[in-house]
Amino acid sequence: MANGYAGKFLDVDLTSETTRELVFEEQVLKKYIGGRALAARVLWDRLGERWDSVDPFGPENILLVLTGPLTGYYPGMRICVSGKSPCTNGIVGSTVAGEFPLQLKCAGYDGLIFSGKAKQPVYLSITDDKVEFRKAKHLWGRDGKQTVRMLNDEVIEGLEKTYKRKRMWRDPGILYIGPAGERKTRVAAVISKWTHGAGYGGYGGVMGSKNLKAIVAVGTGPVPDPANMEETLRYAKAITADCLGNDLMRRWGTGALGYEAGAGTSSEPIRNWQEEWHDARSFGVDEFERRVWLKRYWGDYGCPTTCLKIGAVLRGPLKGAITDNPDYEIQAYMGTNLGIFEPEANVYVASIGDDLGFCGIQGGNILGFAGELYQRRVLTKKDLGFELRWGDAKAFGRLAHMIAERKGIGDVLAEGSYRAALKISKMKKKDALPYAIHEKGMAIGAHGTRSGLDFPPRIAYAASTQGGDHTSVAGLPPRVQPGELHWGFADSAVVCAFNVYDANPDPMWGMLRATTGWNITADDWYNELGPRMLAIQRTALLVGGPDLKWDPDVDDENPPRFYEPLPSGPAKGKTTDRERFREEKKKYYNSLGWDERGIPTPETLKRLGIDDLDNALRNIRR
Amino acid sequence: MCVTVMSKSTPIWVARDYANCSGCRRCEVACSLKHEGRIWPEASRVRVFMLVPSLEIPHLCSQCDDAPCVASCPFKALSISETTGAILVDKSKCTSCGACIQACPGRVPVMHPKDGYALICDLCEGDPECAKACEEGRYHALWTVKKPASPSYKLYAKTPDKVTKELAYRFYGDIAKELL
Repeated sequence: MANGYAGKFLDVDLTSETTRELVFEEQVLKKYIGGRALAARVLWDRLGERWDSVDPFGPENILLVLTGPLTGYYPGMRICVSGKSPCTNGIVGSTVAGEFPLQLKCAGYDGLIFSGKAKQPVYLSITDDKVEFRKAKHLWGRDGKQTVRMLNDEVIEGLEKTYKRKRMWRDPGILYIGPAGERKTRVAAVISKWTHGAGYGGYGGVMGSKNLKAIVAVGTGPVPDPANMEETLRYAKAITADCLGNDLMRRWGTGALGYEAGAGTSSEPIRNWQEEWHDARSFGVDEFERRVWLKRYWGDYGCPTTCLKIGAVLRGPLKGAITDNPDYEIQAYMGTNLGIFEPEANVYVASIGDDLGFCGIQGGNILGFAGELYQRRVLTKKDLGFELRWGDAKAFGRLAHMIAERKGIGDVLAEGSYRAALKISKMKKKDALPYAIHEKGMAIGAHGTRSGLDFPPRIAYAASTQGGDHTSVAGLPPRVQPGELHWGFADSAVVCAFNVYDANPDPMWGMLRATTGWNITADDWYNELGPRMLAIQRTALLVGGPDLKWDPDVDDENPPRFYEPLPSGPAKGKTTDRERFREEKKKYYNSLGWDERGIPTPETLKRLGIDDLDNALRNIRR
Repeated sequence: MCVTVMSKSTPIWVARDYANCSGCRRCEVACSLKHEGRIWPEASRVRVFMLVPSLEIPHLCSQCDDAPCVASCPFKALSISETTGAILVDKSKCTSCGACIQACPGRVPVMHPKDGYALICDLCEGDPECAKACEEGRYHALWTVKKPASPSYKLYAKTPDKVTKELAYRFYGDIAKELL
């Protein structure tokens, strides 16, 4: 058994409600580590030959929920969710924080692989080696906060009945979906602890398509032993010290960017990216701290940073809203992107998004898209049933409900901004595509590239294997931190990218060796393991289907808005330089051993030991 | 970093303020590393309950002056340390009957998941690791103090569901009823 791993995965067939333990050979784990990279390999092995015909919402899709060897040791805790993405039709590694990964590992599993579709809504319950399919009819339709409460109550009650003499039982680890996932919207997340979501990729809808409301784990064992405990802990200590020293991140989380990205780097989406600059002092993190935050620090297992806060509105017309911070992405997408510049209104929309089970980024992106269509009178009060004015938190909240319930125009918007734009353009005979701020069917993170002042370079999204994912950006050189190779390791190891972002990376590689006992270096990752992961992801993305296929000559491109000059702020007039964009994209592809259209060459596939992908790429090569 | 190290002969107490808990559970990591040599959440003598996300309750022995757990043990496996005041468990005598768990007003003791004897905070012989981890993070949810005699410590021997309820109203006012 490989060190740092529990040693077994669980294959779960929802159609027959059966499970089977699965052990990967050490050589496979050594090549793919875990999380995102391992998910890519498993998906291609099982679905590669018929990739373009696999419906992401069909029972044939596979949903993976995977930890990695550093999960539990690297400070901070996440789990990676993957499958064929209903957004990009490729493979996205999407991670979510919480204690579920800890419970799963302590129950003796490194990950879960779901296939098929349950006849009725179910949830999977894991208590150490006891695995059960339980009815979830009573949970179906429930929002996030209700789901957590009901699952906590019934799981604890069951444990107390069976094992009363052992201990007072505490809350299990839970991953779940809200109504937006149940109704297979493409903007739904897999959620944990009310507010954390694996949002990019749209895997909430995949869970919904499988009639899987939740996954619950209770583990009473230890975190699996590393090869060298003393060394592993020494590295953990160094990373902890690094994180504890980052007081800006600890005090304000990414929320500090709400003002910084608006006023400083001019890269925050405002009214569906019509602007990227604002100087609203009312939206500064200090006002969030004083007006809505209940906790100074909130975090997940083993995290020294605890960058979350709990933002709540306790009085006034928006009373009752609770969310985690909101962090920068949600301040932007559920705030400025909707013309909202007040913390309470931002918490209100974010809280609705959490409860309904949206990805905060993709949910806010589609709400902003609808807002601009209303502004331009493509959509009217007749389509919506109400006015949708910028800054009107209640109206955007109403629309969020319509999307999660797929009611009226909400049914179209539930497809995400690109697919919705295609439909609305036909319906209204007006071109809605310029207002879809997406990359390959997935919303672009709240970090614009036009000003050139924020971290993502101009090719960040267009050349990424994960579309609009701001935590998987393409850039030169590919080894740059942050970049998709670097963060791809965090998604594979599986650890929190925020505790990797500013931290000295050396202890991370040291910890990988100490935990697994394998002599894998940073060079190995950047030259071989990481590119192998990206080549599989890129192949799946290019093969795509069944509803949409991406043509690299046309679709490895920024959304049209990113070529409009910024209309305001210190970077006013700046936009994307097409020539440099093309040049840098080619360079990026070449540096990964791909041709100038971004297709992995046969030589590269051979060097990486994945020539089995060559067949799939033959038709795409010219 | 502010760490209070008490002399090993002074009775001490781990003071607690649940409202300050970040839910990071580094106290659990520190406790299980110290006692088990591994990260082992259910073998930790301090366990953080999260019955409502955002309301995290570090649950550990409150060292009641009348120690109902000690009195309840049919096998005399439990005793009170004369130096620190901690409840000590004699592994060889414990039969994992669970009487101490039922006798504890907070249901704090936990059976070791593998070896089946009662786990109760032993105050790390006077220098509790959980409190050090918490202070290192500047949360001030757990910290070490001197322990003059008082019956009031028993007030902290409450089950986490009760504490969660109280804290929910303090945090959220009347919204709390929708969360419980």
